[in-house]
Parts: sequence; structure tokens; C-alpha cells
Amino acid sequence: MANLASEFVGIKSPNPFWLASAPPTDKEYNVRRAYEAGWGGVVWKTLGEAGPPVVNVNGPRYGAIWGADRRLLGMNNIELITDRPLEVNLREIKAVKRDYPDRALVVSLMVPCEEEAWKAILPLVEETGADGIELNFGCPHGMAERGMGSAVGQVPEYIEMVTRWCKQSTRMPVIVKLTPNITNILYPAEAARRGGADAVSLINTLNSITSVDLELLAPQPTIDGKGTHGGYCGPAVKPIALNMVAEIARNPATAGLPISGIGGVTTWRDAAEFLVLGAGNVQVCTAAMTYGFRVVQEMMSGLSDWMDEKGHESIAAIVGRAVPNVTDWQHLNLNYVTKAKINQEACIKCGRCYAACEDTSHQAIAMSPGRVFEVKDEECVACNLCVNVCPVEDCITMVPLANGERDPRTGAVVGAGADWTTHPNNPSVRAAG
Amino acid sequence: MANDTFSPGVVAARLPASAYRANFGDLHPPLDDHEARVAADRCYFCFDAPCTQACPTAIDVPLFIRQISTGTPLAAAQTILSQNILGGMCARVCPTETLCEQACVRETAEGRPVEIGRLQRHATDRAMAAGPQPFTRAAPTGKRVAVVGAGPAGLTAAHRLALLGHEVTLHDGRPKVGGLNEYGIAAYKAPDGFAQAEIDWLLGIGGIRVVAGQRLGEELALDDLRRDFDAVFLAIGLAGVNALEVEGEDRENVRDAVDFIAELRQTADLSGLPVGRDVIVIGGGMTAVDAAVQARLLGAQSVTIVYRRGPEEMGASAYERDLAASKGVRIITHAAPLRVLGNGAVREVEFAYTRPRGDGGLERTDQTFRLLADQVFKAIGQPLEGAPEGLALDGRKIAVSGPGRTSLAGVWAGGDCAAGSKDLTVSAVAQGRDAAMDIHAALMG
Repeated sequence: MANLASEFVGIKSPNPFWLASAPPTDKEYNVRRAYEAGWGGVVWKTLGEAGPPVVNVNGPRYGAIWGADRRLLGMNNIELITDRPLEVNLREIKAVKRDYPDRALVVSLMVPCEEEAWKAILPLVEETGADGIELNFGCPHGMAERGMGSAVGQVPEYIEMVTRWCKQSTRMPVIVKLTPNITNILYPAEAARRGGADAVSLINTLNSITSVDLELLAPQPTIDGKGTHGGYCGPAVKPIALNMVAEIARNPATAGLPISGIGGVTTWRDAAEFLVLGAGNVQVCTAAMTYGFRVVQEMMSGLSDWMDEKGHESIAAIVGRAVPNVTDWQHLNLNYVTKAKINQEACIKCGRCYAACEDTSHQAIAMSPGRVFEVKDEECVACNLCVNVCPVEDCITMVPLANGERDPRTGAVVGAGADWTTHPNNPSVRAAG
Repeated sequence: MANDTFSPGVVAARLPASAYRANFGDLHPPLDDHEARVAADRCYFCFDAPCTQACPTAIDVPLFIRQISTGTPLAAAQTILSQNILGGMCARVCPTETLCEQACVRETAEGRPVEIGRLQRHATDRAMAAGPQPFTRAAPTGKRVAVVGAGPAGLTAAHRLALLGHEVTLHDGRPKVGGLNEYGIAAYKAPDGFAQAEIDWLLGIGGIRVVAGQRLGEELALDDLRRDFDAVFLAIGLAGVNALEVEGEDRENVRDAVDFIAELRQTADLSGLPVGRDVIVIGGGMTAVDAAVQARLLGAQSVTIVYRRGPEEMGASAYERDLAASKGVRIITHAAPLRVLGNGAVREVEFAYTRPRGDGGLERTDQTFRLLADQVFKAIGQPLEGAPEGLALDGRKIAVSGPGRTSLAGVWAGGDCAAGSKDLTVSAVAQGRDAAMDIHAALMG
């Protein structure tokens, strides 16, 4: 069995699956049970400064979108940071860490954007024996209105400044949690690195309205007839998170900066994708909130089996392995030609490929009597839509043309690789010529 | 001593009183909203969908299922009912396993089709619960149409003609309208008075005068109808019954399966309906299965269907045969009756095994066997009876061309009485609808 042990910014955990800062990690009771269920680490739900804690709404805090069988596809929340007293959280963190020394315990923090506030809380956290801190620059609702959370995360200069304050004031590793509610994830990531961050974690939730109550004409979750935007998470946000992780991993100014991958990790496969795109570990929330803590067992066994199958012996050996294959559009090979091919044996004759191609794409599928669907190579641009809409796995595949073959659509012969940077239609190539 | 399933003879109350309600309750319970959405999610929304092509009434199945999946069952019902006003009954009685669900691509893919029938029922149940039938009549045309026979074909034609603004008089020979919906369908397929409720709902369109208890050739004459109405639609079904034509057929407790089924449907307290201990049903169609299964459900100890050809030639689908088997009905194929034995009442039936003859016919072999029987149901088909003089026939049914045009001007025919019909409720609906559209076109010139 592959060794799942993880070391992330010096913090060791028996596996790379951490619970993200969120309701599942808001108290000792939960965190103990999470460790017992097998989670490698937790990021304790965000602590605020001493004094009266924040208050939460007393109506619904979560909205959701579902598949037909109520499979939860995406969720949002309007919950704030912990609403428990700081001293209670600190006491519990200390007790848990004492009893589970082999598990990672990182404490998420969010205090006002003032140096004194950060300097006040850091020694208190350090005293618990926690392994590290995560700066919550991500929450897009509620706390942002008070100048915290994503209000900081959206201003790179603030990220750099607060990160620096923390690095100067604590021996603990500092992980900076980034908000995706920005135009380019590289600016906040670079700011975190400039501030001395040991790592970044991302993504926090996306600003969202999940649904509208068409009776009340109000966003959901609805509090006494009104709703507000909340943070979106779950399987639906994974593609956004994967891209942001990959962008940071391949950006020269941030390359090598450890990344804790967050965003819709639901299965071992999701986790593996984050890891190979450059995440050193993953954080999970929605999957645990949906199915309970036991899901980690599937994540561990699945990742381990895949690593065994591929001959990967450690987590470190797989982190970032796909990063070299993430590139810019301009470097994609324009001489790589594929054609959709429909396996007639596997085809169940639903005609979805035909409807999609005929109505919305390139009219490259022919329908013959007997509901036989075949690709017209002379029209097929290999867009892959037919593959995506086909309900039968592997029924339609994209088959590459070999070098020397002629593309019946363009008449061009498939040859050596060539990309946009050298393409004659590229204005800058023409200018250079 | 109270009767039980072992009591000899044809007797009532073989089962505890509580058993009847359970036995004759819904064969397939309705889908609730969530179940319907889950079932609907399996639909692939096929292009030029095979299920729609397989439906005699060409219901846009993918559309109505999508409408269910988006929480609009009434819109789904509108999609169904605009093609098939008896969509509620068809959802219950259609042999979907040989129609839409057989064609479903998920049957091809996984051997488990989308539950189209149950989804159709979900939508139509919602529509019937929501209120009156949802169509509005066109302005009166001043035209009058006689519809003879208030089964599925006649009811459908009447509704469509009324919808188009014509004045319809709907005649039926029986005391209650509905035809086979009311008298011919197994009770567990449409329990709780569904047939009459659907008819009441359908008649809510208005413009349809119902005249029950008038039979063509008796109280009604076609010539009079042609004189008094602008058009006539004949949907008189198949009122005859075929005979076994074997020795002893007239013994007591040998009867037509259709009569047994009709009597059962009209019996309020099924514990009062007598049934044999050892029951034989002769035939291989839906009627045979309906009679056999219901005999078992009434408490018959042993029920055997005997069919003269092989299982693949039975009119009853594999699904219906499995249903019969699951209810404890034994099916013997390749056997034909020789003699009905007994002293007054039937005691035994002697059969001969059969084998195919070179010309496609059958012949009896020398091998015979006897089955105990204190009740025998004949389910070997129904011929047309009482077709008016002057109508050209095609074989044993009324000859029609196009959408139900007969050899007489101004007279259309559809449903089981018309040549080319498939003896299915849903086919009768299609014929009634299409004939009505043709009548409308003819009347409005």
C-alpha cells in the first residue's frame, strides 16, 4: 500500500486529507471524531479576536443546488466565523492537539486589518501547540462587509502586509487562504509570497446566489423575506479551483510555493487531480458535510490504490506531476487532428450526439435509417461535444490522425507540431515576417 | 364451515375478507413527486425519440418527462393529453413493455427502461386531481356527430369532436359507458373506480350527450343515424365470443372469460364473487392472463392457462406472462382442448398436445392429458358482432381506409371493430382521435 503520509510546510499528517476551516471543525467534539474517522488534519474554524463573538443568523445558513435524486452538487453558506468565545476554542484546540499529536491541527484566523489585532491573537494560538495558522482572506459574505475576509483577500497589498505582520510575530507556519472572487489569482498569490507566506490555500468560497424562491421572490437561503450572497462550494466549484491551483503552480513568481488545494474535493480522484496540479495536500468540507466524516476512508483507499497502480510511493512523488502539461492556449499543437468516432456496438441510439451536433455545432453527424449515427469526418472539427453529451461512457472517442494522414475537413496533411506562435494567421507572426 | 382455497366447486369467499382489497389494489403504486423526479432524470431526451415512435398515439414522451423533471406535472399532462385524452388509462393498461418502454434506449443500454408508463400516470393523476379536463371547446360548428360505442375509441373521438365545436351524441349498448375500460380491464390495473372517474372528467369538455343502453342493430339503426347526424363514428368493439367447438363445451361452469372479467369489474364486494378451486383458462392473450390472474386473486387454488401454440406466439407479452407466473398461474403451451368432461358441471378437461403442421396450421398429437377443473374460462378471441348491413368488411372486421373511412359515406369506424386495429386501448385511442380529425375536415370542408 502506498505511503499516504504527508508533510506540508513542515506539518506532518498521516494522510493529505485535511478538513477545511468550516462548521465540521468548529469544536472539540467534531474534531476528535474527525480524527477518529481518519482525517489527517483539520483547519479549525476561523477564530476572531477576543471579546464578544460574532453572531449568526437564526434562519437557514445554507443554500444548495441538487441533481434529480437530491445529490448535492453545490452549496452556499452565509455563516460567519466562529460564534464561540475565543477562550473556549483555544482551550479545546490545546486539548485536542495534546491527545492527537500525530494529526495536523492548523488554526484559521480572521481579525481586523490592524497589526495590533494580529499580534494579540498569535501568541494565544501558539500557546495551544497548534501546528500552524491559516489567514482567512477568503470569506466573501458578512465578514467582508466589516473589512475582513475577502475584503483583505481582494487587495494584494493588504495580503502582503498582514502576512508579513504574522510572519514577524510567530514561529508557526503561515498559510494564506485566498479568495477566488478576484480577476487574477496570481496577484494575491504573489502578494502572499512577498509577505513571506509559507503556503497558500485555495479556493475559499465563490460569491453566489444559489437559487431564488419564486414564491417569495427572494434569494435563498431566505431570512425573513430577504437573502444575501453567500459562499459557494462543493463539487460545482472544483473546476474553478483546479485552474487557480494550476495557475499558481506554473507561474514563475509563485512556482514552488506550497499550495493546499481546496474546492469541491469529493472523492479520491478529485484529490489526486489537485495533487498532480501542484497542491501539496487537500482540504475538504462539503463532502464531509454531505456524507459525514467517513468519506475519508474512500479517499484514502482510492488514492492509495491509484498510487500503487501507477507505482507512486509517496505523496511528494505525485505533487505537481501534471503541472508541466498545463500550458497557454498559444502553445497547443494546431496540427494535432482528431475525429470523433462512434462505436456502433456500444451506441444505444439515443441521438443526443446528433441533436447536439446538428443543432448547435458543426453538422458533422449523419443519421441514417435504423437510427445509425456516424461522424462525417469532412465536417468534424473534433469539438468533443458529442462525447460530452453521449450517455454511454467510451461510446464516442476522439481518434487522432497519424502523421501524414490528410484531414478530410481541411485537406491539410497532419505533420509536425505547430502552434499559434508560429501560425501564419497570427498577426504578430505576419508583422515579424 | 367457511370456504377456503381448498373448498371444491365454484364458491365465493375463499379468502379472508381483508385479502380482497390487497389483492385487487394497485398493481403498480403511483410515483410520488420525488420518485417521479428520480425516474424522470433517467430519460435521455432522445432525438426523434424511439419511445414516441413506438407509441400509437405518438405522445412526445421526452418532453413530458422533462416537464415532470422540472416540477411541472400539469404541463406534462397537457403534452400527454393533447395526443391521448385517455392518457391516464393508457398509463395503467398499456403493454409499455412492448411499446414505449421496449423502445427506450435505456432498455437497450441497461435492460431497464425509463418508467414511462408510471411517469405518464404521475402526470395524468396530477392533472385529474387538479381539476376539470384542461381543454376548451371551439366555437359551435352546428354540426352533429353520432358516436356509437363508448369505449376508448368512441370516447376519444367524442372528446376530440366536442373540442372542435361539434355536437356529439355518444351511444353505448351497456348500462355504463367506458367499454373495455369499464368492463374489460383487470381490476388491479385501474382500481378505485378510475375508469368512470376518467370518463366523467373527459365528458367535462361539454357538448357530449351520453345515451346508454342503446345497441346498434337493436335500439339504433345505422340508416337512422346517417339521416339524423352529419357524420357517424362506429366504435362498437367486438361483442361476440368464439366457441371452443369441442364436446362438452356447454357444461355448467364453462364460460367466456370476458363475461367473468366484466362481472368481476361490476362486483362491489369481491368476496361475494364465486370462483372455482381448479380453474382452467383456454387462450393465450391478455384476456386469458387477466382472467387467470384474477381467478387466483379471488382465491382459486390452482389456475392453469392452456394455449395451443408456443409462448412466443401468445398475445400476452412476456411481461404479462411473468405477472401471471408471479401470481401462481401455471402456463401450459402447445395443447388444445379435446373434451370437457363432467356430470352436469365440468370436472375435468382433456387436452391433446399439438404440433405445427407444414402449412402453418396446427394438428393435435395422440398424446393427451386431463386437468381437474371446476371452472373453465374461454379466452380464444372475439369476433365482430352486429355490424350493420351495407358496410364492407375486411376479413371479420369493418373495412376502413385512411383514418377510419368505411365503405359508406359519412360513416367512420375505429377501435377493435375496424380492420387493422391492434386490440389495444392505445391503438383505439389513436384511431378515435384520427377519425375525429378526418370527420372534422370532412364536415368543415
